[in-house]
Amino acid sequence: MLITELKSKDVIESLISGKSFIINCHGCMEVRFPEKEADALEKDLVQAGKVTGIVTTDYICNPDNLKLQLKNHAEEIDAADSILVFSCGVGVQTAADLYPDKPVYAACDTIRLPGYQGVTPLETDCGQCGTCYLNLTGGICPITACSKSLVNGQCGGAKNGMCEVDPEMECGWERIYRRLKALGRLDAMRCPTQLHNFATDEATRECKES
Amino acid sequence: MKITELFKQGEFVVSAEVGPPKGFHIEEMVESAKKYLSKVDAINVTDCQSSVMRIGSLAVCKTLKDAGLNPIFQLACRDRNRIALESDLLSAALFGIDNVLALTGDHTKLGDHPDAKPVFDLDSVSLLHTMCLLEQGKDLGGNDLVGEPPKFAKGAVVSPCSDSVDAQLMKMERKVAAGAEYFQTQAVFEPEKFIKFMEQAKQFGKPVMLGIIIPKSVGMCKFMNNNVAGISVPDSMLDELRADKEKTKAGVTGVEIAARIIRECRPYCQGVHIMSLGWEDKIPELLEKAEIR
Repeated sequence: MLITELKSKDVIESLISGKSFIINCHGCMEVRFPEKEADALEKDLVQAGKVTGIVTTDYICNPDNLKLQLKNHAEEIDAADSILVFSCGVGVQTAADLYPDKPVYAACDTIRLPGYQGVTPLETDCGQCGTCYLNLTGGICPITACSKSLVNGQCGGAKNGMCEVDPEMECGWERIYRRLKALGRLDAMRCPTQLHNFATDEATRECKES
Repeated sequence: MKITELFKQGEFVVSAEVGPPKGFHIEEMVESAKKYLSKVDAINVTDCQSSVMRIGSLAVCKTLKDAGLNPIFQLACRDRNRIALESDLLSAALFGIDNVLALTGDHTKLGDHPDAKPVFDLDSVSLLHTMCLLEQGKDLGGNDLVGEPPKFAKGAVVSPCSDSVDAQLMKMERKVAAGAEYFQTQAVFEPEKFIKFMEQAKQFGKPVMLGIIIPKSVGMCKFMNNNVAGISVPDSMLDELRADKEKTKAGVTGVEIAARIIRECRPYCQGVHIMSLGWEDKIPELLEKAEIR
């Protein structure tokens, strides 16, 4: 089980320069999605003329399904400067993989809840850490793609691009560096020093009761 | 003494490294440091290097300081959460140990306790940030420290011959932004790569100490080539080591190679950091051959 919580309106607005295409995932039963709050925020963005189109669908974590759902929105996506995804971290990463040339932003933080974790039909993983970093990392999760879950860039331990801990695994931060470079967004790595908040690794009581 | 003071005076700074043993009898190590490392400016004390459990870096730093040497406290984020890291920094300040090298640390899986929990609550960048906060009299929880805040010479590492050197430079930039005042590098065997790296790195305006490992044997170099990130010993050097087995065994060839690398790189950097891996006794000769001391 997991909960997605909207990032603050200020944070979301600061992500969008120009226009954005919005993807909402009301996917699996294992996710509690803040539907009303997202709806209100999206209405504001539409009124401000910042949205080229909205798709509300399910299971965007499945790349084939996501491609299918976006088939009729190619023009709206082309017209957008970025894609804003309201889903768990796996959904955001799937969209970022699908559009490596366009900034794909997470509008939500994903928080772990005990219980059934759903069926993710791919290797992409979300650590459900409650502090989504995907907006700083080109849509590649440093919590799950880095063996040390580092949040301030790679260690010196990669050899020929592969992780020292698991030679079968590419260095997550080298992937992030390449993705950001391709997007012309290396400045994202010049963000303030990140301190991971481990208090959000578990859902709070209020969160569970809401 | 803060190593940063020496850089300010325009000195070409020399540091060496000792690896504490798995046990608490360090008399031999301290004697060896007194004998062979008296001419270096500072001595790094590794912090459970390669994730192998050993006596603590801080205790060894204190012992070296009491013996009249100038230690650099290597502090890795692998084994301690932010409370323990901050607390150890205050302990270092109490002992008058004012040189700290901030490291993320190797993963626990690579060491001799592969079942241990890897901590990585902070990393090298956020540890530097933490040191700056402590220097301002605050901790990471936002609380005030009691009394005068500590002051550290804050060091960090960078890997100049890495196969992803652009990403390394970006990380270096983050470390500078977080408060790094000087850098020690991974061992360099390819001076041309180091010189190229320094063309980029000089923009940050922080002193860089060239990392040196004295090559002991062909086998050691091959092992590093296959297993150690950011190290690549060229074939020409392997041939040099193969040429005269007795000379190599005696350490003469290795010292010659290391001295040559230092001489070639010296105009481009501000110091040298020697990781002698048990060959402390070769350091005086190396410094002489490199025309440093």
